[in-house]
Amino acid sequence: MNILVCVKQVPNTAEIKIDPIKGTMIRVGVPSIMNPDDKAGLEAALRLKDELGGTITVLSMGPNQAEEVLNEAYAMGADRLILLSDFKFAGSDTWATAHALAAAAKKLSFDLIITGRQAIDGDTAQVGPEMAEFLDLPQITYVRSLHFKDGHFIVERKVEDATYTLKAEGPLLVTVLAEGYTPRYMNVARLFAAYRQSKVELWTAANTDVDPLTIGLKSSPTKVYESFGKPIKPAGHVYEVDEKEAAKLIVDKLKENYLF
Amino acid sequence: MNIEEYRHVYVIVEQREGILHPVSLQLLGKGREIADTTASKLIAVLVGENVSGLTKELIYHGADIVYVGESALLKHYLTENYLQAIYPVLRDHKPNIVLVGATSIGRDLAPRLAAKLNTGLTADCTRLSVTPEGSLYMTRPAFGGNLMATIICPDHRPQMSTVRPGVMHVMPRDEKRQGVVVNIPLSFDQSRLKVSVIDVKKEKVNKTKIEDAKVLVSAGRGIPKEKLESLETLAQELKGSVSASRAVVDAGLLDASRQVGQTGKTVRPDVYFALGISGAIQHVAGMEESKLIIAVNKDKTAPIFGVADLGFVGDATKLVPAIIDEIRRQKGQ
Repeated sequence: MNILVCVKQVPNTAEIKIDPIKGTMIRVGVPSIMNPDDKAGLEAALRLKDELGGTITVLSMGPNQAEEVLNEAYAMGADRLILLSDFKFAGSDTWATAHALAAAAKKLSFDLIITGRQAIDGDTAQVGPEMAEFLDLPQITYVRSLHFKDGHFIVERKVEDATYTLKAEGPLLVTVLAEGYTPRYMNVARLFAAYRQSKVELWTAANTDVDPLTIGLKSSPTKVYESFGKPIKPAGHVYEVDEKEAAKLIVDKLKENYLF
Repeated sequence: MNIEEYRHVYVIVEQREGILHPVSLQLLGKGREIADTTASKLIAVLVGENVSGLTKELIYHGADIVYVGESALLKHYLTENYLQAIYPVLRDHKPNIVLVGATSIGRDLAPRLAAKLNTGLTADCTRLSVTPEGSLYMTRPAFGGNLMATIICPDHRPQMSTVRPGVMHVMPRDEKRQGVVVNIPLSFDQSRLKVSVIDVKKEKVNKTKIEDAKVLVSAGRGIPKEKLESLETLAQELKGSVSASRAVVDAGLLDASRQVGQTGKTVRPDVYFALGISGAIQHVAGMEESKLIIAVNKDKTAPIFGVADLGFVGDATKLVPAIIDEIRRQKGQ
């Protein structure tokens, strides 16, 4: 089984802080990591490879720094690493990003594409399905488990109120949930090897047949009009009183709001 | 693309097994407002198996026209099946705006629709506003809720957005509202239907959904397992439900359907008790719209006090029984 895994390098949003005066994000010193759902996607691919053999190609789009997450993928067991990096891609929204990734995927052979459900910086969950559309592939999102049996994929799709077991013909694209796949540790020898001599193939737009009118800021249908920190609402009153008094204050307030 | 040709507001209605998802009525509420501002029509697109009984509800909640398509192939949500039913309607009618619920179904379907229509899509919006000329401003949280961004789609149509459930207001139901129901003929290219359902396991839904509760008593890391029962009692006294922060759900103390926050549900009850919840931004993103927020935490620097209307520094496990006693005392009077 040949699997293409798409990963994104993201700032660790759990460590982002907001400048309380300017209301802007402080990005300095925030570590970059492999997006957690994508890492789960790589784990899903590695488990299929453990079972069935084959190769895993990991594709990432981003600046040169994104090589770090590809090295990590290599250390976890990926075979081939491609970094799609070109100033022409800069500022792409999800539609344009999906065009770029789909154009790269068209140059590769695969039976299955795996991505994470969504990235923790944008939280859009759109690039996977848009990419599936541009590659004309069936898709299954919110995947918790994935097996290949008798020529079919058997996939568990976990949604708000149910779990669907689906049968699908490949090739297809799935987006996985982190909950199903705890990633394995990196192999230290492979990590050293990756840093000793880079295994990453650097691709630009020219390595693909991407239509230049589908990539970059200018071609992106959506634009950021403005961004802002959350409006700060006036703080309420904080009391330091004993339980009895606190209970009285709370219940009075509930009564004031006609709660009983 | 001649933008002037693109008109009206379309809502993709979500139903599961013939039951409307609450977000559908919320989209109609917002869609009605947008349609009125732009002097255009609000159109609902409803597809599924045996769903024509729902068309009236959609009209009572704001739709002017309902396009309805039925097929046994639409019994369960499957991406390609639903695309084949819905995409031709959007392609042929040229909407100005398309709204979809940001559920597991909407977030699967909408990007495929947007890609087919060669237009942009803004995910998981929490605020929408429109100019009388019909330009849509779509606001959403990004970077784990650390930042808000307003997105526009200036040169492509339709302008599409998925909208977070629980944020927009439902219009009061009005049985006098009139509307038109139009059947859409469906034809499927079965050779493209590569995914089929083998089995469906419903998760057991315990009690009322937290999104629907008027009062939520929410537990955080500061509430040990053996004290959860007293929160349940408080919730019962106020005819509410118990919810939780991610830490409590991750510890396996409550079901994931009870989780409030960026990765859980967005709630806006009349009263939200944040008990032993520090108030990480990811949690606050899911509850800050609550009308009255009462927070109890031992740490007086906890960020939850920044959003609380009423804050108490102290041990929530001790305060909860005191509140229950006080409620019972006052009810008894």
